[in-house]
Amino acid sequence: MILNNWSVRIGGSALVLLVLIALAAPWLGTVDPSLFDAGSRDLRPGMSGEITTLEGEILQHTFPMGSDSFGRDVYSRVLYGTRVSLLVGILCALVAVSIGVACGLLSGYLRWLDGILMRVMDGIMAIPAILVAISLVALWRGSVVTVVIAIAIPEIPRVTRLVRSLVLTIREEPYVEAAIALGTPTWKIMFGHILPNCVAPLVVQGTYVCAFSILVEAILSFLGVGLPPDIPTWGNVMAEGRQQFNDYPHNIFFPGVFLAVTVLAVNILGDGLRDTLDPKMAKRV
Amino acid sequence: MNVLEVKDLSIALPPGADRARAVSKVSFEVGRGEILCLVGESGSGKSVIAQGVMGLLPKTLPLAAGSVRLEGEEIAGCGEARLRQLRATRMSMIFQEPMTALNPVMTCGDQIDEVLKFHSSYSQEERKKRILGIVEEVSLPDPERMVAAYPHQLSGGQRQRIMIAMALVLDPVLLIADEPTTALDVTTQAQILKLILDLQKKHGTGVLFITHDFGVVAEIAHRVAVLRLGELVEIGTRDEVLKHPRHEYTKMLIGSVPTLKPHGRPADQDAPVVLATNKLSKTYAERGWFGAGREVRAAEDVTLEVRRGQTLGIVGESGSGKSTVARCIVRLVDPSAGEVRVCGTEIATMGAAALRPLRRKVQIVFQDPYRSLNPRRTVAEAIIEGPLNYGVPRAEALERARKLLELVRMDASALQRYPHQFSGGQRQRICIARALAMEPELLVADEAVSALDVSVQAQVLRLLEEIRTRLNLAMLFITHDLRVAAQICDQVAVMSRGRVVEYGPAEEIFLRPKHEYTRALFEAAPGRGFAFGST
Repeated sequence: MILNNWSVRIGGSALVLLVLIALAAPWLGTVDPSLFDAGSRDLRPGMSGEITTLEGEILQHTFPMGSDSFGRDVYSRVLYGTRVSLLVGILCALVAVSIGVACGLLSGYLRWLDGILMRVMDGIMAIPAILVAISLVALWRGSVVTVVIAIAIPEIPRVTRLVRSLVLTIREEPYVEAAIALGTPTWKIMFGHILPNCVAPLVVQGTYVCAFSILVEAILSFLGVGLPPDIPTWGNVMAEGRQQFNDYPHNIFFPGVFLAVTVLAVNILGDGLRDTLDPKMAKRV
Repeated sequence: MNVLEVKDLSIALPPGADRARAVSKVSFEVGRGEILCLVGESGSGKSVIAQGVMGLLPKTLPLAAGSVRLEGEEIAGCGEARLRQLRATRMSMIFQEPMTALNPVMTCGDQIDEVLKFHSSYSQEERKKRILGIVEEVSLPDPERMVAAYPHQLSGGQRQRIMIAMALVLDPVLLIADEPTTALDVTTQAQILKLILDLQKKHGTGVLFITHDFGVVAEIAHRVAVLRLGELVEIGTRDEVLKHPRHEYTKMLIGSVPTLKPHGRPADQDAPVVLATNKLSKTYAERGWFGAGREVRAAEDVTLEVRRGQTLGIVGESGSGKSTVARCIVRLVDPSAGEVRVCGTEIATMGAAALRPLRRKVQIVFQDPYRSLNPRRTVAEAIIEGPLNYGVPRAEALERARKLLELVRMDASALQRYPHQFSGGQRQRICIARALAMEPELLVADEAVSALDVSVQAQVLRLLEEIRTRLNLAMLFITHDLRVAAQICDQVAVMSRGRVVEYGPAEEIFLRPKHEYTRALFEAAPGRGFAFGST
């Protein structure tokens, strides 16, 4: 039923393709993305040149997307960058959704905790997301874990609010009241009755968090406060290409295209899932 | 001359629906000054016909064939521009839920004014005069204030009067009323029906009145058309159809309407008391940031008693506190004061842990069969949930579920299916089975048959009755419908504004009501003059 939706088909297949690219990066004619060669600097897309491996071997290599000002292969860096971007996106979505679900369930079901928890969430929402990310990375140095935490934290309140509002409506449903009358313990009501009925909107919200995280990760790397420059990410590649954008636009163009396509695919998938899983939210009849 | 002539009207359903056409070859006419009632159960296509006449059909339900003539002018398939001219001037419509039919951010006067501005060339002065005139005509007190009021400031009955004023301000020849009193209390309903009758007589308006309630039909109709699954099964004058129905379906429908006469079954006065409440009260306090806010007394000093094998009915209009009492007894809400004794044990102030073993004894069935079952759980899981909570082994619980489904007249194959695969009546049976799985002492039915069609309602009522006698259950039956109460209750408590105003044996209350509110309630019951349920 889900697969009948064209948005799901298009977004889903684009994402599957990207995941395959990320997994198969070593076999797609790439070289180690950290390799550079002073002789192959600033090559235009499609030109050939030499590249030195860590062992000092010199390889003949075609640069399908050209090379940067260090003589690194942009193609390899972009393909390996796919791994980082998808990983960060998915991890952020998982972290934000799981913490958000826990907070939202507690806040929606245990009324005494609601006030405290929601004020904390309001506090988190008051801080600009990028600022949180910059300060966390400055504190703990850039690594995938830091970046994921930094991006996920500002997303938690959004998920919490969604889950809380769902819980507040679902807990008033007669089937929940019937469960209370049947002597079902509170935790069982939460996980057995309420959570399963939140899944559809959560999946949809999860995809949006994922798309947004991929974008934020690229922004952080571009600003130089994300992952260290030697790790190939789309943001890092673009950051390096920024200086020479007028002369060598390929450094920014190719990672930019990948970034745009990925974010678009995740969002289209999210829209499709919303239409099929959550008919109340769908615009179409 | 006829105001409205509908001939061979067919309206298509989208592919994949349960039938090909929402309405198929329906013909009828409405004369000047005549009230034609379209009666049918849910899904009979009665509202779709109204939308078809008004040209308000959604795109998914296109007009397939037939003609609709308004004062001789063919309007089926005529352009949106012409329809817009006709709406409000020649034909108007009122709806079931006046709160959603009115714009919440505009005053009532402005909304009536909008109709006049668009369809007439009156000056502002004249418009104001007409608005006040029509508001007075629909018997609203203090018209000046009503005109300046926003919809949320009015009661349901007043809002429906505003809707009627808006519909009739330009004196249309045809008024379509789509279940206009279904959302209203019985006393308000009686007033609105009277108003529609008066205005219609005065203006000679033809009325197409859509309803599912035969009591309302008996009250208001000149002629009656009975619909079933999009087809017209019978049409005739009110007395012909109600007293001498020809078609089997009509006979069955009319036979399903419960009578207002109490059943008169003797009740054992010495049976053990299962439930007793003593001065039970529930107060809702709005807590503000600063100090105490408004207090609402939902129930006050309610003292009731239900004995084994007997049914106590709590009857009242919306806001009377009858559901609050039920929820306090099941302990879905905590009572503010008073006692609730279940089989002698006081549970009103009991803590959650101590209460748990006692929850078994009191089970509840709710009004809305579509929301009473978790959509993501199979019927089996729903029924065995309670027994599993009390340590019954799974296999045994499943076996019990199978037996219970048999008891509520359903096939055991239902166990593996999901709630959305069942109709409203079937779901209500599943809910009853779920409640019975706990082997309760007391079954609380909170408007349990109110959302069901009249024929299904009759079946579920029979089932409840049968279960009560077979299992010797005590039953607390909450309803706003006097007919249902008359059929099933041994004792009746009439509630109004949180208080029990009259309490006693059903026969006593139905035949010799003492309190004036009880009398008013009986006065208002639609179709009192007709002996339903006897055909």
